[in-house]
Amino acid sequence: MEHPAPIDPNEYALTDDTIIDIRIGLLLKIGMLTSAAVILLGGILFLFHHGRSNPDYTVFHGVPDNLNSLAGIARGLRHGNDLAIIQLGMLLLIATPVARVVFSIFAFFSERDYLYVTISTIVLAVLLYSLIWH
Amino acid sequence: MNAIEFSLLIGMASLVAGFLGSLTGLGGGVVIVPLLALAFKVDIHYAIGASLVSVIATSSGSAAAYVRKGYSNIRIGMLLEIATTLGAIMGAFLAAGTPTKAIAIVFGMVLLFSAAVSTRKRNPPPTDEPKDRLASMLRLDGSYPDDGIKHPYHVRRVPLGFGLMFGAGTLSGLLGIGSGAVKVLAMDEAMLIPFKVSTTTSNFMIGVTAAASAGIYLSRGYIDPAIAMPVTLGVLAGSMLGTQFLMRAKTKAIRIIFAVVIAMLGMEMIYSGLTGRL
Repeated sequence: MEHPAPIDPNEYALTDDTIIDIRIGLLLKIGMLTSAAVILLGGILFLFHHGRSNPDYTVFHGVPDNLNSLAGIARGLRHGNDLAIIQLGMLLLIATPVARVVFSIFAFFSERDYLYVTISTIVLAVLLYSLIWH
Repeated sequence: MNAIEFSLLIGMASLVAGFLGSLTGLGGGVVIVPLLALAFKVDIHYAIGASLVSVIATSSGSAAAYVRKGYSNIRIGMLLEIATTLGAIMGAFLAAGTPTKAIAIVFGMVLLFSAAVSTRKRNPPPTDEPKDRLASMLRLDGSYPDDGIKHPYHVRRVPLGFGLMFGAGTLSGLLGIGSGAVKVLAMDEAMLIPFKVSTTTSNFMIGVTAAASAGIYLSRGYIDPAIAMPVTLGVLAGSMLGTQFLMRAKTKAIRIIFAVVIAMLGMEMIYSGLTGRL
């Protein structure tokens, strides 16, 4: 049985995985806060302009074409569509974990851990397949 | 109800859901769909779309905190994400063809299951068993810090855990939830990972899993900005408050109350599905 060893703060801080952990933590935090800020901005503008409207969501129609794709959202942003700003925030939110996987590939590569470079690349491929579907 | 009232009410409800979700480790997403569908009469497809993006937000937020503390095992997470993302894509495709009634019933069953899992006793896994060959080959064994001491652990039964994770991913993509309960159970019970590691690694994986179905949800029009906005901001604010509170609070009572609420919502979803009220 292995006995738990006390942590030497210096040694612990210098292990490679710890540095990856800290950077991943920072990346996730920045992505999450940025997207929340964009969603909040779009939300305030939307409610300011359309707050008195009476939306009905009881029947599913699907959101209009200009809000359900990258190209559509980009068009909406150019026309100053408030809902497109919210959707941009949603895209940033979805992109954050994807960016984390991309970062992991480089991090494992710098550790020469090619097994996990491969595993991370497979995860990225699955994500990209889903995101560029249609 | 105009858009301002709708956003404020849903935002407040989501804040409470996010708060309780982060205290109990079940995530706020698990109550968002029943809340939107049952209380606000929102169509279930919009509800799962809004829930899914809120799940990504809370995963990124809480994972940021835990990863830096060294609890999460990024290798275990990355390996199992192959299974959860593939499952999530399958689930998202299934969501389109599955009738609302069936989604409601499956959802209800997952809620009942989550309630049961959240109240079960968790025994720390044995640390003196021999190493597992596959787990060693995949370098999954690790250690986590607790009270200034490094606790090593060995991972076992990787193929079983991998298979269960595919199921967790499918449920996530079908129902717009993080399926934290299934993920934690797969890691605790099948792979014998200590629960501090399993809970935080599950949290970490939830974002990537949900991102895999989010692309399909977006193109299918499930993510309505006017609904997803208050849900995401509310759940996120609530879960951040919850993380602050977690350090001080005795969570056992809250955990039991939340489990009861979830179980009741589960029965309500099954009933609504069976009677076709959704």
